[in-house]
Amino acid sequence: MSDKAAGLAANTVNNYKKHSSITDILISSLIYTLYTLFALICIFPFYSIIINTISANDLSARGDIVFYPQQIHFQNYLDVFKIPGLWNAAVVSLGRTLIGTSLTVGASAFLGFMFSQEDMWGRKFWYRFTIITMFFNAGIIPWYLTMRSLHLTNHFLAYILPTIVAPFFIILVKTFVESTPKELQQAASIDGAGVMTIFFKVILPISKPILATVSIFAAVDQWNSFQDTLLLVTDSKLYSLQFILYNYINQASSLSTMVNLQNAGSTAMATLATKQTTTSIRMTVTIIVVAPILLVYPIFQRFFVKGIMIGAVKG
Amino acid sequence: MVRIKEYRMKSESIKKFLYILPFMGLLATFAYYPLYGWVYAFFDYTPPTPLSQSTYVGFKWFRSLVENQVKIDQLLQVIKNTFGMSGLGLLFSWLPMIFAIFLNEIKALRFRKFVQTVTTLPNFISWVLVYSLAFSMLSSEGIINGLLNQLGLIDSPILFLQDSEHVWITMWGWSIWKTLGWSAILYIAAIMSIDESLYEAARVDGATRMQVIWHVILPSLMSTYFVLLMLQIASFLNNGLEQYFVFQNAFNKENIQVLDLYVYNQAMGGGSYSVSVAISMLKSLVSVVLLFSVNGLSKMIRGESVV
Repeated sequence: MSDKAAGLAANTVNNYKKHSSITDILISSLIYTLYTLFALICIFPFYSIIINTISANDLSARGDIVFYPQQIHFQNYLDVFKIPGLWNAAVVSLGRTLIGTSLTVGASAFLGFMFSQEDMWGRKFWYRFTIITMFFNAGIIPWYLTMRSLHLTNHFLAYILPTIVAPFFIILVKTFVESTPKELQQAASIDGAGVMTIFFKVILPISKPILATVSIFAAVDQWNSFQDTLLLVTDSKLYSLQFILYNYINQASSLSTMVNLQNAGSTAMATLATKQTTTSIRMTVTIIVVAPILLVYPIFQRFFVKGIMIGAVKG
Repeated sequence: MVRIKEYRMKSESIKKFLYILPFMGLLATFAYYPLYGWVYAFFDYTPPTPLSQSTYVGFKWFRSLVENQVKIDQLLQVIKNTFGMSGLGLLFSWLPMIFAIFLNEIKALRFRKFVQTVTTLPNFISWVLVYSLAFSMLSSEGIINGLLNQLGLIDSPILFLQDSEHVWITMWGWSIWKTLGWSAILYIAAIMSIDESLYEAARVDGATRMQVIWHVILPSLMSTYFVLLMLQIASFLNNGLEQYFVFQNAFNKENIQVLDLYVYNQAMGGGSYSVSVAISMLKSLVSVVLLFSVNGLSKMIRGESVV
């Protein structure tokens, strides 16, 4: 079971004739080597940045911290949160993630369920009307001009409203609902339940696994979103963490001067090791932005691998 | 009696539609209404003058795309970049499938889970974060240069991120890094659903590991591969903006500008909205043609449509 949850096919293992020919051993060691390498390439950047943020800043600025941290300290994290605008951006990112995700998940659940209702007027048409937007759009400039004419530039709702109807999530939920026994809905219907009652009392409770999947996808999308801030927002109060990070990569040198100036009075003991550098600021903010994903990911990984498979196998 | 029942069913079916109407409204506003913005391509539009006061210029902007050699060259370079990077993606579109097949061959369960977990992770971080990681690793004062320097392999830092010559390949590399593990999940799902009796039969016939892969697993994955390939072809021109936007700099600009980025740079950097809209309009039209051709092709070959 745990094997399946991780998304792996138990049935195929040990199904071969037990050859331990030379080629077999060669293939095996090649597979293990390549996968180990690729796995390392995938996590090493994260690891390396984390050890750099907690090492002496003068060492890390010179690129001296490669495999293990040296002279561990946490001053970077304390200092970075003194940068004006960072807290605000964290609140904006968190806010859009919470509000946006709940609305998207709610709408996806409801629409996925409704599109499974065969007797809905124009069902096929409206379903296609929804799905085709995955493949076809007007382009970013017409989109930007539309948002401007709707007065959604520099508006928090610009982060939320366009994401509510999400075709891909709707497909996932619809596929799931269609895989559940029809009798459940029929029985409720005979008992006199209307569409809404069926949705809330029957569908929502049994759709938890797929909704968990959709939630984590939607949340990650919201948290990671950068393009909408780039296009639509000039008001620094609405900057998201991703946008701030992008700016910091390009202009961190002035920021480090600023932080060091702020600290000059209060901490006379700011040594070379804890003094902010361009590198230290950039890396610390990177870790702050990536931390929620790194924390949430291992918990939900099982869930969404399973969820995407439900959608994939049937769809 | 029958008529009343029919009427009830009809009203029930309309009622169901009314429930989804608000959502269709949202979709109409944010996905379909922007299509109206295409009219900007036919006007001499410079903000902040409103459209109503702009002059209608017909196909002037479309003609302007090809009016002199400099512009033609620029557009050709952009198209070349788009084709180059999408083409690399298509060329290696089998990688996730191979990745899934051989991952499935790993017998140590813990190791397999570890690999799958770790390689899926990059898919969940944004391009901005990818760029930040890339910057920390590869910039002139980055970790790789630091390491090479310590080992005495280089005297001056290698400017990986300013490299223009290999930018197609590095961009492809980053997207593989980000998506390979994730894309493999679909194939792992497909491998899971392979009928057990096929393995039995292969085993009875005394098939070796590679023979099982070649004659049982690979054929079973072909339909999944085909659908994904078709979708990839349909979005050939849409490489997206974010990846190239964050990685662009003064040095690699020529080779990194794909259509999406070019449209953005023209409008937001150069202020030429109308030209940008004209390009994205052409791009969308080509995409739709591609989508429908691919769909038709799929119907013809497999008797099943992709979309």
